[in-house]
Amino acid sequence: MSTKKTIVLDDMILTKTMPTTAGSRMLEGYMSLFDAEAVTSLTEAGYEILGKAKCGEFAIDLVGESCYFGCELQDGHFVNDLCEKVKAGSIGVGLDVNGSIRRASAQAGLISIKPTYGTASRFGTVEVACSGETVSVVGSTADDCAEVLSVIAHHDTKDGTSLSSDLCDKVKVCAKKAKKVAILSSSLDGVDDEVRAKIDTFKAILEKNGVEVCVVDSDIFKFARPAWNILMCSELCNNVSRFDGVKYGYRSSNFTTIDELYTNSRTEAFGELLKSAILFGSDNLSTDNYDRAYDKALRVRRVIVEAFDRIFEDFDAVLCPACSKMAYTPEDIKNNKHLCFEENAYTAPASITGLPSVALAGVTLIGPAFSDGMLLDIARMYEEVCK
Amino acid sequence: MKYEVVIGLEVHVELSTKSKIFCSCSAEFGAGPNEHVCPACCGMPGMLPVVNKRVVDLGMTAGMMLNCHINRTTTFDKKSYYYPDLPCAYQTTQWFAPVAVNGYVEIDTPSGKKKVRIKQIHMEEDAGKLVHDIAPDTTHVDFNRTSVPLIEIVSQPDLSSADEVIAYLERLHSLLRFARVSDCRWEQGSMRCDVNLSVRPEGSTKLGVRTEIKNMNSLTAIARAIEYETARHIDAIENGTEVLVQETRRWDDAKGKSFSMRTKETAGDYRYFPDPNIMPIVIDDAWFDEINASLPEFPEVKRERYITELGLSEYDADQITSSRALCDCFEDAYSVCGKAKDCANWIISEVMSILNSKKMTFDMLTLDGKALGALINLVCDGTVGRANGKKVLLAMFDDASIDPKKYAEENGFIVSNDTSLVESVVKKVCDSDPQTVADIRGGRDKAIMALFGRCMKELRGNCDPQVLRKALMDYING
Ligand SMILES: [Zn+2]
Repeated sequence: MSTKKTIVLDDMILTKTMPTTAGSRMLEGYMSLFDAEAVTSLTEAGYEILGKAKCGEFAIDLVGESCYFGCELQDGHFVNDLCEKVKAGSIGVGLDVNGSIRRASAQAGLISIKPTYGTASRFGTVEVACSGETVSVVGSTADDCAEVLSVIAHHDTKDGTSLSSDLCDKVKVCAKKAKKVAILSSSLDGVDDEVRAKIDTFKAILEKNGVEVCVVDSDIFKFARPAWNILMCSELCNNVSRFDGVKYGYRSSNFTTIDELYTNSRTEAFGELLKSAILFGSDNLSTDNYDRAYDKALRVRRVIVEAFDRIFEDFDAVLCPACSKMAYTPEDIKNNKHLCFEENAYTAPASITGLPSVALAGVTLIGPAFSDGMLLDIARMYEEVCK
Repeated sequence: MKYEVVIGLEVHVELSTKSKIFCSCSAEFGAGPNEHVCPACCGMPGMLPVVNKRVVDLGMTAGMMLNCHINRTTTFDKKSYYYPDLPCAYQTTQWFAPVAVNGYVEIDTPSGKKKVRIKQIHMEEDAGKLVHDIAPDTTHVDFNRTSVPLIEIVSQPDLSSADEVIAYLERLHSLLRFARVSDCRWEQGSMRCDVNLSVRPEGSTKLGVRTEIKNMNSLTAIARAIEYETARHIDAIENGTEVLVQETRRWDDAKGKSFSMRTKETAGDYRYFPDPNIMPIVIDDAWFDEINASLPEFPEVKRERYITELGLSEYDADQITSSRALCDCFEDAYSVCGKAKDCANWIISEVMSILNSKKMTFDMLTLDGKALGALINLVCDGTVGRANGKKVLLAMFDDASIDPKKYAEENGFIVSNDTSLVESVVKKVCDSDPQTVADIRGGRDKAIMALFGRCMKELRGNCDPQVLRKALMDYING
């Protein structure tokens, strides 16, 4: 009998044997004709795929609350289905589009890694924001994450953005011990006392392990969020346009013309949050706005990449909050239905740059490309004290 | 007042690749509905585009043939619009950095050579096809053509008559087929074009209102549409019959009229942006040089060379240079036998007529030119009779692996030098028909052809005609 843990996939990962819905009524009951590369490689490595976990509609929300098929509440807070299944003993694999996996795992006492962009094939994941989304792993321990990452990180000819085998292999090892970690001044804006305390705890543990922690002045966390929202929603608008009611998925029964078929199918099957994202993205890509919205966001992305490069000349990693608070309630959403486009301030820097990021205990660590192993090594310092 | 027409063309050409642009489905024309499809070209989620390198090869080839600058870093972009034949609701095309820019094509006009500037050539995927006639009130979609690779060749508005447009299109047709970029078959839709046209008073530098006629797929229809649109524009300007607006129009060839499809105001915004799933393609020197070295001689350069260096007649040179496949066959045959005129004769009178009888286009020729050269040698040195040589050629069409000499031997096509055999056949034929022999002796010379034919048949063609004729005459007169 296999001693390996079982795998649970979030509903952005396509499977032949189970429906893949992306949390949307649009894909209710949708059966893919092929498995995602992550599924194929995990199966070949002897892992049992236990099943699927629900996710927010196209995985852009906070922690899964926008799922058409419902989201559980515990003590008045939303709970993430993938994290619940990891707590029950599995290892989770999902698509991190807008940080929901990082937020949920950091809030649930679990750990997740969003590996360096291009090392884990995105073949067979429902495309939303292709330039930044990454197949990610949620586990109970850093070792869980490392183990599954070593399977899903490999070159794949079916993904044009997949990096070479040499580069993919780099994420599987810890090349060096972290000695200096930076906290970026702008990253603490808006976080509550509980999260601030999480940062302090983590900082203290790092220092006890001989890691120097410094606060550094940086605007990265101010600019990454608006730029990422533009890029993510624009790409989303384009990618979900294929869900038009013509070929598969939901089709309205209320139409006489092709335009009504499109409009009514999408109106009836898409949720409010997704519609906001589509409209915002569509506006950013319009001829009138392209230069000052989409193109500018691309330029901001380059500036942020360069800003991180400069920080990593002096530091091994960046420590920052994973979220502004440790749980979200239905009340939060009622007050601000676009909260996920604000909370992603903490996750957008790693999404927009494709840098690896590990989330746990209310915080996230961001490192240079291919420093995935080192980030998990830092996480183990925390685990030794707190587990 | 005198007017001038200003025309620019957008020509779509399907590339001659085996597979589609982003998946491994066949790009072949003519399969049953949705037989050449997969999750990728049906727009299902989770399939990522992987660029077919051959498409870039052919895009570069087209660019070089049309004297373009090749962008050493070329990118793919997404163009969004909803239509049921476009499964992703976006087309992957090139908007920001097309593979080739700033070229030109030279055409012949009554007033001499004219340069038509090429603005750009971009690579993109084709859309599918809607089928309306399967059942009433329903439309079906066939995705076979979806993601078949295309290039779009965008000219500057340098053309000023239907004749020039036709000359330009014929020139593109010839160059692209010569470079094996596309088979350019209008009737199969592998070549089609959009015509942008405006009219202005002669000498004016300001452009008139522009209309675009979409999806034209025959030269005669294009010429008719241009004449119609020109007249419509002039009529509107002179007589105020209508107010011209910038719009897209559809040509109805049966009615001989164009109809408005959509105006600029109702046209959609295509929301172009770079495709994040396709990394920029960098064309290094080695790749550039490889494609550059593979370019064919231009057809008119070949023609000139065939006439001046190989001594072909203008007619023969024109015939052979009408197709790249005929040129290749001719040059291969010539390289083996060194007899240019004989090669041209065989290709024009034999090869082309076999192609015609098989209803094949010249470009479909797969005959091994070197084997043809060997066959020509056999016939010219008298080893095989000409009539039997044609039989060998026919067999070579059906089986490319045939060695002409071996085939001739196996089928008894080798000319015999055994004079006693010839004499015995002559005696047998003549003795069986004493009346004809008597007629000939009586002065009816023409009757000798009948005996000659019967003897040749008896000898199964394997006899030098001179030898047979002499043997016959000797027998009759002796
Ligand atoms: Zn396909």
